[in-house]
Amino acid sequence: MREPPLPPLLDARQRAGLGIFLAAALILVPALHLVFPPGHVLHVSTYTVTLLGKIMCYAIVAVAMDLIWGYGGILSLGHGLFFALGGYAFGMYLMRQIGRDGSYRSELPDFMVFLDWKDLPWYWAGSEHFLWAAALSIAAPALAAFVFGYFAFRSRIKGVYFSIITQALTYAAMLLFFRNETGFGGNNGFTDFKRVLGYPITSPETRLALFGVTAGALALSFLFVRWLVNSKYGRVLTAIRDAESRAMFIGYDPLWFKLFAWTVSATLCGVAGALYVPQVGIINPSEMSVANSIEIAVWVAVGGRGTLIGPIAGAFAVNLAKSWFTVSFPEYWLFFLGLLFIVVTLRLPRGLAGLWRAPRRKDAPPEAEP
Amino acid sequence: MSVRDVLRGIIGIELDENDPFGRPARRRTLDISHNVILYLEDITVSFDGFKALNKLNLTIDAGELRCIIGPNGAGKTTMMDVVTGKTRPDSGTAFFGQSIDLASLTEAQIAHAGVGRKFQKPTVFERHSAFGNLELAMTADKRALPSLVARLRDEERDRIADTLRLIGLGGEADRPAGLLSHGQKQWLEIGMLLMQDPRLLLLDEPVAGMTDDETMRTAELFVSLAGKHSLVVVEHDMAFIEALGGRITVLHEGAVLAEGDLAAVQNDPRVIEVYLGR
Repeated sequence: MREPPLPPLLDARQRAGLGIFLAAALILVPALHLVFPPGHVLHVSTYTVTLLGKIMCYAIVAVAMDLIWGYGGILSLGHGLFFALGGYAFGMYLMRQIGRDGSYRSELPDFMVFLDWKDLPWYWAGSEHFLWAAALSIAAPALAAFVFGYFAFRSRIKGVYFSIITQALTYAAMLLFFRNETGFGGNNGFTDFKRVLGYPITSPETRLALFGVTAGALALSFLFVRWLVNSKYGRVLTAIRDAESRAMFIGYDPLWFKLFAWTVSATLCGVAGALYVPQVGIINPSEMSVANSIEIAVWVAVGGRGTLIGPIAGAFAVNLAKSWFTVSFPEYWLFFLGLLFIVVTLRLPRGLAGLWRAPRRKDAPPEAEP
Repeated sequence: MSVRDVLRGIIGIELDENDPFGRPARRRTLDISHNVILYLEDITVSFDGFKALNKLNLTIDAGELRCIIGPNGAGKTTMMDVVTGKTRPDSGTAFFGQSIDLASLTEAQIAHAGVGRKFQKPTVFERHSAFGNLELAMTADKRALPSLVARLRDEERDRIADTLRLIGLGGEADRPAGLLSHGQKQWLEIGMLLMQDPRLLLLDEPVAGMTDDETMRTAELFVSLAGKHSLVVVEHDMAFIEALGGRITVLHEGAVLAEGDLAAVQNDPRVIEVYLGR
């Protein structure tokens, strides 16, 4: 019963890359931000720290999307919903942390005072506790994904039909969250946060701590999903993607394989959303808009599906381009995004990840691959 | 969503559907005490009014090698769809052995009960290696969460290597299945069936696209499998059917037209009428 050793999760090059990433995120960026004064050439500005922190949250979403789309073959156009659910769940805690420092000097969040509510709605119970909010930001998207996924996959809804239903789902949720009666701040959502865990939310130290936690979460998400897709589970998942009925007739029930990947993917989005809100300082229903969810798919397509590292690169490339464009040429951003999508589809079917893989493939004939 | 479904999928506990206390069920055991492995009785399947199967009656003995022939549209593939759970019959009963009602099981459950199927068009996992294809097909705990931590044991590796040699792919273990030739894919799919260790194999045109030599080697393999397994082979290639030498059932318009050995079937005037008369 001796088992052969598992192949390592990362090769030497990837371990080095991960090390460099963590060193940059946990040491270099904080040092440059704190040590050098604003205006110094080596100073990393608050804007840059926030921008990179935000993009790392998006990169977690891209990894989650790659699990379900790249490896599971299931295109979700509603992943923004799970991201927003995580964000709202953690945002409830941040709203409670404001305490009596809001405009109305009330224990209740400002928007509730404005609506003339006297008590917190029942689903806000416990939201003053950090751990409860953190657990909720994982559990709420996981539960929503599990219930929706169970019925969708059991009914064998696939392909474009599934994509359209996910889009409708996030749109419906957006309309629901737009309503003031829903109890999540309506149109304005949550903002004006003051503290997290008692620390002032805009202080450099808090920002850098959130930045570091996000970098760690991105690294862990990447490693976890990589472990998942390398396991036998992952091979069955891709087998179901490529030939579902063959997989069924050798005894795998696609429902549970898809549902697990789907729920894990939604959970990672929830984590990303919870980390996003304190850094960006706002969450509102526009995060659930259809366009946001489509953009997630664009990051993954640009980066290269089924590579994990590609979608991370895609999230960075597209969002850095976006932040530059929307400042310099705001009216051209959507044209550029469309152009990028067309160029990648036509010229780079494997996305950015294909750029650094292609040369290595040419040296070796496919037969020689291990 | 019932508690039973959730438990089965999430934590891998199978509850007995008929047990009032919901205790875990034993693995469905195949009862072939009457020496019959498959009963199809009065099976009718219609698609938009067209009767693909029309009160089909068919029994397969344990260990038998049965050939099914018939013109296009006779219902051969639909018959396999019914047995494997892909299509639910409008009426009639399908039993695997004495006790397993195929109508109550999903495709995956039927596969676990011991029915293996080869498709008309070779269907393998093209991105996975030949070895990987056999590994996924191998009898194992095939639920989602247990597969997260599943590892190959040495004897399982050996079994896969033996099967690769048996199907003539010993040298192609690491090659992506998508790069194999058509005939090799057919053999790989047969190998996947063998890894499942099924009691009943349904083979839909297994030698389509094979060379004559490959066809005859396939026939030898199937004859050697009969006895331990029961085989139902749908084929048009008469030389192959002759080499298999089993009983032959002729389907026509969704029902059995004739049954017997090759000579009897070939001389049956109704069969000649169906094949040549129009």
